[in-house]
Amino acid sequence: MRQRLVVIGNGMAGARTVEEILARGGGERFSITMFGDEPYGNYNRIMLSNVLAGTDDEAEIFLNGLAWYEANGITLHAGTRVRRIDRFARKVYAYDGTSTSYDRLIIATGSRPFVPDIPGVRDAKRGFHQGVFTFRTIDDTRNMLRYARGHHGAVVIGGGLLGLEAARGLQSHGLSATVVHAGGHLMNQQLDPQAGAVLKRSVERLGITVELNARTTEIRGAERVTGIALSDGRVIPCDMVVIAAGIRPNTEVAQAGGLVVERGVVVDDQMRAIGERGVYAVGECAQHRGQVYGVVAPLWEQARVLADHITGADPTAAYHGSRIATKLKVAGVNVASMGLKGPEREDDEFVVVAEPTRGMYKSVVVRDGRLVGATLVDDLSKVAFLMQAFDRGLPLPEERVRLLFDLGAPSAETSVEELSEDAQVCNCNGVSKADLVSAVKDGARSVTGVMDATRAGKGCGSCRSLVTQIVEWAAGGETEEDPSAGWYVPGVPLAKQELMAEIRARGLRSVSAVFAELAPAGKEDAKSKMGLASLLRTMWAGEYVDERDARFINDRVHANIQKDGTFSVVPQMKGGCTTPDQLRRIADVADKYQVPLVKVTGGQRIDLLGIRKEDLPKVWADLGMPSGHAYGKSFRTVKTCVGLDFCRYGLGDSTALGIALETRYQGLEAPAKMKLAVTGCPRNCAEAYVKDLGVVAVEGGRWEIYVGGAAGAHIRKGDLLATVGTAEEVITLTGRFLQYYRENANWLERTYAFVPRVGIERIREVVVDDADGIAAGLDQAVQASVDAYRDPWQEGREPVTPGQFRPALPLLPVPKR
Amino acid sequence: MTATPGVRAHRLGRLDEIPVGEGRAFTVDGEQIAVFRLRDGNARAVSAVCTHAQGPLADGQIDGDVVICPLHQHMFDLATGCSTTGQPPLRSYPLHIDPDGHLFVHI
Repeated sequence: MRQRLVVIGNGMAGARTVEEILARGGGERFSITMFGDEPYGNYNRIMLSNVLAGTDDEAEIFLNGLAWYEANGITLHAGTRVRRIDRFARKVYAYDGTSTSYDRLIIATGSRPFVPDIPGVRDAKRGFHQGVFTFRTIDDTRNMLRYARGHHGAVVIGGGLLGLEAARGLQSHGLSATVVHAGGHLMNQQLDPQAGAVLKRSVERLGITVELNARTTEIRGAERVTGIALSDGRVIPCDMVVIAAGIRPNTEVAQAGGLVVERGVVVDDQMRAIGERGVYAVGECAQHRGQVYGVVAPLWEQARVLADHITGADPTAAYHGSRIATKLKVAGVNVASMGLKGPEREDDEFVVVAEPTRGMYKSVVVRDGRLVGATLVDDLSKVAFLMQAFDRGLPLPEERVRLLFDLGAPSAETSVEELSEDAQVCNCNGVSKADLVSAVKDGARSVTGVMDATRAGKGCGSCRSLVTQIVEWAAGGETEEDPSAGWYVPGVPLAKQELMAEIRARGLRSVSAVFAELAPAGKEDAKSKMGLASLLRTMWAGEYVDERDARFINDRVHANIQKDGTFSVVPQMKGGCTTPDQLRRIADVADKYQVPLVKVTGGQRIDLLGIRKEDLPKVWADLGMPSGHAYGKSFRTVKTCVGLDFCRYGLGDSTALGIALETRYQGLEAPAKMKLAVTGCPRNCAEAYVKDLGVVAVEGGRWEIYVGGAAGAHIRKGDLLATVGTAEEVITLTGRFLQYYRENANWLERTYAFVPRVGIERIREVVVDDADGIAAGLDQAVQASVDAYRDPWQEGREPVTPGQFRPALPLLPVPKR
Repeated sequence: MTATPGVRAHRLGRLDEIPVGEGRAFTVDGEQIAVFRLRDGNARAVSAVCTHAQGPLADGQIDGDVVICPLHQHMFDLATGCSTTGQPPLRSYPLHIDPDGHLFVHI
């Protein structure tokens, strides 16, 4: 019997601990349930600054998506907060009314922003003032980004790391930014006054105003923020306020459950809550030997110790506290700090070099020949050695200034070589030099390969140059650029354009022919078949030689495979319009085949789920409707609103145009699926702004065409490609854009990635302005594909291959009826 | 074929009932077996249920070496049954094809 492990908290601490437990075979020992306040998988909170600044997409900061939980058999209650712990009954009760029993419990509830009680912050009726924000979660970040649009001046209360990052991020969206800090210098937790002054100059040079010794006494403005008042009587006008005044551990649930809580949940060296046998706390909510940590590095150490202990991998594992050394990029300025900020005893040695005009500052504090503190602003070239010396008390050079500068510099290789094996290189993801070296030994020969294998450098990115040096050193200078990164599919060593040129030159019309002529040793590769099949069909249309084994199962049986091996069937319903007769037939089929679930999809179609493979041809015949193509990497649906005929706001006949688009481009293969919409006015009921291609009717009988939108795991508003006067132009430009995408996008690259990669200006040049003179060719190519279209459900009347619809799990119990 | 005690050959059908490069599932003594017809004329047999999440492997795509489960893209070596993506192994079964193209699995 597996023990039941419940984890409250799905942030960096909770998820990392579970990863460490799984890495020690804990998946066999425990059945794991996790509760997370936020309705997502887990992400790298440190990177939210980049999301705010627009340098990273949300998708890039996710550490584990929902699929990871499923793949590891973890039951995740995302968006579910735990209300109460009953440590006697060993149960947790959640706000959704459920209770979950545990044998072991890990509390990883993290922290929340501390919001000082400033008049005006809260509104008696609505909670937070609508113009006031905190900065802790993805939702906070999204809210700020949304509000920043149409607002002009932001005040950030708090001059620590997060406050400076918020100011810099908002500034990049065109707002003026002022940081109001109660302390006498910026980042006073980490920096001494002199270093803080250097940082202030650098930050001000970026155009951010800094007010020190400034206490905020009021947020002004009832509906909209008009400014903030300071204790010296001054008022700083602004229309947006961000509060970044520190964090407080979330300990209420633990405290109410009877655990010992001081500032955090008090734990012993095994991260066990004091006096408890099976209850643990980890991360920012835990208090160990009087310390509550608010940075990420200690959390990795705690997670490892707890995992060693709880899985029995190392029964002697113990956490002894962390010496905090941080290395950050604050608002574009490099900062590293560790230990003491300045001398505290009379005989402490203190070496300082400051060049405020250049924005450079370096200091070290040495006590009894050991490094006990260091601060670096701007130039971090010595940080690796300093962190190591600080961590382990290494002997120091006699000339202390050598700690700060390479005098007659030893080469980078030497310093990499000298770095000890267990020195942590990537602090975001807790990767040591030894981890990198063993990834190289395991065969990774490229920096990207090592980064993929270890996740090093995938956090804030500040360690990437060090990772590169270590990988180069470990590989003995034999690193390779990861070649396959640029290939269209992993099994054929060519980028898409070169691959297409070869295919054309050699007249390769089947997937097996491509492998035979272009793959190393003519070897076929299962991972490459689907991408090649798609490409060949795009290139050759009706001349494509279709080998069924190159198709993914969905394309072999024209339905979408489900987790139990059954399929979902979605009949075509152009533009989301149907008739009573169609509905009757769908209802009859659902009855006859006892379909377990009938569901209306997000694309305005009707989905029949749980159809057995062997029933598919009969289902199609009984439906008598064409395929809705809800299974392929292809043109999926055109969603429409009710448009002109009935809607009193409609400006254009969106339904007719949507049906026309779907009729023309139905089933078109592409590197990834394509979802479209046409909406009859800018109210956008059909959500056209967030489609691969969306069309919006605007006043004056015109249509706007947006491309590259998305509203799935990734959310992006499409870019305006063109505004045209007629439905015919919409149809032509749609085909031309889709064909350009088909020919140029990488395999599985959705338009939301393709459009920003190529750039909307460039796409407009080609597709609208025909700057390359290829528009006619694109039109012709898409026409060939349109002409080659056959409804795949027609072939279902007779199998095209032996046993095409034979069950793949013959002993599978039939779906619940 | 030399007979091993306790192992019997079961006739599954004809090789040409499986399309080139595809797989089909068979039931032998209550065991579900996925048989794949390689493009080089050989065939391979492994257990039909993915060890990760019970996916239908006979619906997977193959090359000369591996099958990819259609549900979560876990991969298994067709000759040994071992996973190349860290899952527990499949059982692999010896096969032979007689001169008339009949397919036998040995269990």
